[in-house]
Amino acid sequence: MTLFTEGAPIADTKAPDGPIETRWDRHRFESKLVNPANRRKRTIIVVGTGLAGGAAAATLGEAGYHVKSYCYQDSPRRAHSIAAQGGINAAKNYRNDGDSIQRLFYDTVKGGDFRSRESNVYRLAQVSVEIIDQCVAQGVPFAREYGGLLDNRSFGGAQVSRTFYARGQTGQQLLLGAYQALERQVAAGTVEMHARHEMLDLIVVDGKARGIVVRDLVTGEITTDFADAVVLASGGYGNVFFLSTNAKGCNVTATWRAHRKGALFANPCFTQIHPTCIPQSGEHQSKLTLMSESLRNDGRVWVPKQKGDPRKPGDIPEDERDYYLERIYPSFGNLVPRDIASRAAKNVCDEGRGVGPGGLGVYLDFADAVERLGQAAVAAKYGNLFEMYERITGEDPNEVPMRIYPAVHYTMGGLWVDYDLQSTIPGLFVTGEANFSDHGANRLGASALMQGLADGYFVLPNTISDYLATGTFEPVGADHPAAVEARYAVERRVARLLNIDGDRTVDSFHRELGRIMWDYCGMERTDEGLRKAIELIRGLRDEFWRRVKVPGSAGDLNQALEKAGRVADFFELAELMCVDALHRTESCGGHFRAESQTPEGEALRDDEDFGYVAAWEWAGKDTPPVLHKEELNFEYVHLSQRSYK
Amino acid sequence: MNLTLRIWRQPGPEDKGRMVKYRVEDVSPDMSFLEMLDMLNETLTLDGDEPIAFDHDCREGICGMCSLMINGSAHGPERATTTCQLHMRHFDDGDTIDIEPWRARAFPVVKDLVVDRSAFDKIIQAGGYISASTGTAPDAHAAPVPKADADAAFEAATCIGCGACVAACPNGSAMLFTAAKVTHLGLLPQGQPERRERVLNMVEAHDDAGFGGCTNTGECTAVCPKGIPLTAIGQLNRDFLKASTTSSR
Repeated sequence: MTLFTEGAPIADTKAPDGPIETRWDRHRFESKLVNPANRRKRTIIVVGTGLAGGAAAATLGEAGYHVKSYCYQDSPRRAHSIAAQGGINAAKNYRNDGDSIQRLFYDTVKGGDFRSRESNVYRLAQVSVEIIDQCVAQGVPFAREYGGLLDNRSFGGAQVSRTFYARGQTGQQLLLGAYQALERQVAAGTVEMHARHEMLDLIVVDGKARGIVVRDLVTGEITTDFADAVVLASGGYGNVFFLSTNAKGCNVTATWRAHRKGALFANPCFTQIHPTCIPQSGEHQSKLTLMSESLRNDGRVWVPKQKGDPRKPGDIPEDERDYYLERIYPSFGNLVPRDIASRAAKNVCDEGRGVGPGGLGVYLDFADAVERLGQAAVAAKYGNLFEMYERITGEDPNEVPMRIYPAVHYTMGGLWVDYDLQSTIPGLFVTGEANFSDHGANRLGASALMQGLADGYFVLPNTISDYLATGTFEPVGADHPAAVEARYAVERRVARLLNIDGDRTVDSFHRELGRIMWDYCGMERTDEGLRKAIELIRGLRDEFWRRVKVPGSAGDLNQALEKAGRVADFFELAELMCVDALHRTESCGGHFRAESQTPEGEALRDDEDFGYVAAWEWAGKDTPPVLHKEELNFEYVHLSQRSYK
Repeated sequence: MNLTLRIWRQPGPEDKGRMVKYRVEDVSPDMSFLEMLDMLNETLTLDGDEPIAFDHDCREGICGMCSLMINGSAHGPERATTTCQLHMRHFDDGDTIDIEPWRARAFPVVKDLVVDRSAFDKIIQAGGYISASTGTAPDAHAAPVPKADADAAFEAATCIGCGACVAACPNGSAMLFTAAKVTHLGLLPQGQPERRERVLNMVEAHDDAGFGGCTNTGECTAVCPKGIPLTAIGQLNRDFLKASTTSSR
């Protein structure tokens, strides 16, 4: 069975050459600008209102463009960026602890296990500094010290304190800043807001992205909307696993539909499994909740030394506990990057030393921190997280250690974009988690907020002008054949889902798909398992299209219909993820292939054969996808095997 | 445990709604309230009935999308807890639970338990922001903020915009929501230039959206999942008074 074919490599990423420090400056200077008077004649659709989409829509509106912003939630303020807890990195070096743009760049390239583009990452590190300034000016209430200056902390794998935070609600505060800036533009008339609308297809005219097909989630009406450029800021696809830390509505539909229209999908198998989540409590579980990684700054991770130890944690003496992260990784200890911490937890649970229901959990213990810092100091830092944990589990972390287990959290893969954040479809730009860039094979803590806002506030608004200034944009209307066809295809698909009238619910399929993905394309992947997964996914997908039952009608608020469309797209994505994971026979970052490990069981990269971005082309429904490689060159960060020991 | 649910069903905004009784069996105490409703919806779907529409998204108490009146209390019986974070261990076997949508003039019902809260966005549009266009910001350390002010601003800024305050208020007032934003921005040095216009414009938008006036009953703060204190409304009133007497409007 041929699972994929290989096409031409990607020739041009538009990444500038020359000294890396001045690449972004030079690129901006060389980009064409749109005259301020002409900007209001240029229309941009932005799909998604999280950090990347909300910030982009607000900034483009401020610049004078005519922006149309879409989100599926009832308000742009609800986008899932809001749930990010820990913080946002920036190379301010306010702590005078040796941080710099160069170091943030270095840490991010290395943390991403050398699978990201150096030029992009350097720019991200440069722009990080401006983000903090911008957010403070908007009134984002970051944590401060008694002198009134901003506080910082060290976070997930960093040896400097460069993370800015707002208690355990940094994402919320940053998103509200972007949301408020967006609402200011709505009031100013530059942004048209369309909440409770879901993008169901992309309209491509003469090879350029010119519009979208949307469904009004209240009335069910399917309409088309047009622009000179389309920005997808629709987030990641972690919900392909059914259980993840994503919001229930998070989905791949916008980017997947664009992929089917010609946009390459890059590194879909690079998935981040976050080490500190609350373990599943039963079959009814509908989502998993993250406990901020900042907890690892003061909490110590351990399991009993003895397999299946039945004792309560408090009854297990110190010398019978295995603080395995501190033992295996003495220099980073509990602060090793996410991929390493997650796999280590899986390994100890696989050995039978896991705790809690089903043995799928490890302890995160604050007893030492309380002794060292005092109860009050620990409560001030983590109080809201402790409360959240207690609300969900019914256990107080002050009394018994928390139990945590890894869960799907973030997807590094996404639509392929060049240095301008433009996809392989001209006029289609992709920002934030929806694109693949910057994080390589593993994202460091507090870097998602940084990238979302970098793309939205500073990168895209500068790069999109080059496209808008050069193109001619013939008006496109709802009667254009490409628009009619796209709308018709969406209507047909909706009707088809409703007409199956089978005997299984959408959720039952989604759960089963998620289980396949978790078992075979989760923390550890093998050739055999991935081949099996592809077979299982295909079989289940066929069954879905024969047996799914979607109640209600098309012309109404119908949440089951919304879910059905999203799950149908997850089926197609799931197969591509497995193909990508199967073809990449190395281990790197969030992608661990059991066949490729060091004698100590650490991930073993293969730079010679896999030092590239795998960008996949949709070749049709029953045709294998086509692989296009973007070679990665490392001129500034020396290729090395990651070691946190 | 086994429960009886009485749930508000309303096909559309113009239709008449009614309470409908359902039985749910084998509910696990570890389920969240919404997972219990998921279970009911699975059964309804397979039985050929239309599932119950309710708003939800993050299911971790931060997006503000979930919104249910549970036994007459916004977000249910637990203090400082959103519906999605409420777990069934707080109910007993055999209980009857009433589930209704937010009820307020400014929040019309869309379907079943889903309401339209876009009036909140209109209040923010009227001035719930600091005008700082991208790229215009000075260095983040240019204006130190006393820690006490920063902490108080943060407390007010934790509002998730769920609308429980409105649903609980006998007047259907959104004063706690409005006051939280006025307080958050008004405590920061960056928020000073627009402070007076902000409070006047936001209160005007609040009234225009059909929210009622505040009579200090305090139901809002009692149900607020983020514990926004009533003192925020005091702050709004002080700012409003000051602005009204000095504004050129």
